[in-house]
Amino acid sequence: MMNDGGEKMYPKDYLYTKDHEWVKVDGDIGTVGITDYAQHELGDVVYVELPNVGDKFRAGESFATVESVKAVSEVYAPVSGEVVEVNETLADHPEKVNEDPYGEGWFVKLKIEVKEELDDLFDAARYEAYIKEEKGE
Amino acid sequence: MSGTTGLKRTPLNKVHRDMGARMVEFAGWDMPVYYSGVIAEHLAVREKAGLFDVSHMGEIEVKGEDSLSFLQRLTPNDVAKLTPGKIHYNALLYPEGTFVDDLLIYCLGEKHYLLVVNAANTDKDYQWIVEHKEGRVEVINRSPEYVQVAIQGPEAEGILAKLVDVPLGDIRYYRFIRGKVIGVEAIISRTGYTGEDGFELYFSPQYAEKVWYALMEAGKDKGLIPAGLGARDTLRLEAKMALYGNDIDRTTTAIEADLAWIVKIDKGDFIGRDVLARQLKEGVSRKLIGFEMLGREVARHGYPVLIGGKEVGKVTSGSYAPYLKKNIGLAYLPIESTEVGTEFSVLVRNKEARAKVVPTPFYKRKK
Repeated sequence: MMNDGGEKMYPKDYLYTKDHEWVKVDGDIGTVGITDYAQHELGDVVYVELPNVGDKFRAGESFATVESVKAVSEVYAPVSGEVVEVNETLADHPEKVNEDPYGEGWFVKLKIEVKEELDDLFDAARYEAYIKEEKGE
Repeated sequence: MSGTTGLKRTPLNKVHRDMGARMVEFAGWDMPVYYSGVIAEHLAVREKAGLFDVSHMGEIEVKGEDSLSFLQRLTPNDVAKLTPGKIHYNALLYPEGTFVDDLLIYCLGEKHYLLVVNAANTDKDYQWIVEHKEGRVEVINRSPEYVQVAIQGPEAEGILAKLVDVPLGDIRYYRFIRGKVIGVEAIISRTGYTGEDGFELYFSPQYAEKVWYALMEAGKDKGLIPAGLGARDTLRLEAKMALYGNDIDRTTTAIEADLAWIVKIDKGDFIGRDVLARQLKEGVSRKLIGFEMLGREVARHGYPVLIGGKEVGKVTSGSYAPYLKKNIGLAYLPIESTEVGTEFSVLVRNKEARAKVVPTPFYKRKK
């Protein structure tokens, strides 16, 4: 919460969606999670329902569910792809989503199907501006 | 996030914002849902202490020559048992035995009472009381004249003791005295909505910030932290205290809600008595039970409850329970399925998740 709005909240080499997911691309693999803003909006995460390896999702389709103490939310795929790995750690440590949303709190790795979809996502600066707008700052 | 226009604000609104609270709309009020996080605040109340602004609650004064007989007729619990300084849990019921609201009644003096009611129901309750007025009674909505702060947790007494001029140890559970908190006149009552020991303070709004900060300062080295409505809800659920609008409302009777202990059939006539007497005698077809989820899914308010694939009711309250570290909830089940150990399903995102009936309260503090 107490941050300078810089690298910690909006890492530069990540891409973002309007629904507050992030994707970090490495070759044709995209690691996906939810943003610091999203985890803060949700509050303490107590359960993450993840898909299975091999499941395929289209961009914008719900692939996971996050339960916080107060709310339940869907998480949408930033790009189309097939799940190649899920973060098993979250089963026992859902709090990682709050503690380290851009690191240990990742959700899945997707094999990206349509690379062009990445062009539709926000870069860090755009996402930061979008958040400020949403907060009415 | 600026959708707070038109919402009512307690005298502590600025304090919450200054302390970094996340604010939400609750019953028409702009209230803190959490400061540091629901789990941390919940655990602080169970293990140390938490400070809540509950000024949204309504206070309705009832006094006059016939106030006792009037309240006896208006509520199911035995108001005659209340002597000055005593408090009890009670309700306003419809003739059907269902809830207008649940409330606390404080006996302020001879023929003089204060009813503490739910924020969302204050106006409705006031109207209901006035409409049913009988005899020489005066009914006054005092809500704007009180700020209400709750300090809850095992360290609450020690913290509050530093600031008051009265011996807190003399105040038993569900009793109150009038005293001064840093010189501010207050009703100091040993009550709460958390299942933990603690106090609720009622005093003049002009001193709200002064008292709040004095309490925070006094509790600094005892682990006191501010706590929001999020923790208040999970704490009360672990203690199986009913929440109006979730677990009890216009469609549920006091007997179905497992609140027979506030229904004193033999005290004389009261609104709802006929239905409740019949239900006590003949039994009810459904009852509010506590359950635990067997898997990791969280049951939430409104989720359907299934037995044998057929919907038989809805979850009235459901949450992750931070102290018990389980997913728990309340639901009305058909009476034949209310026995402890009975398994059933909750429909979570179109999948049947298993649950079982457990004894309540889920959490009970050690005395």
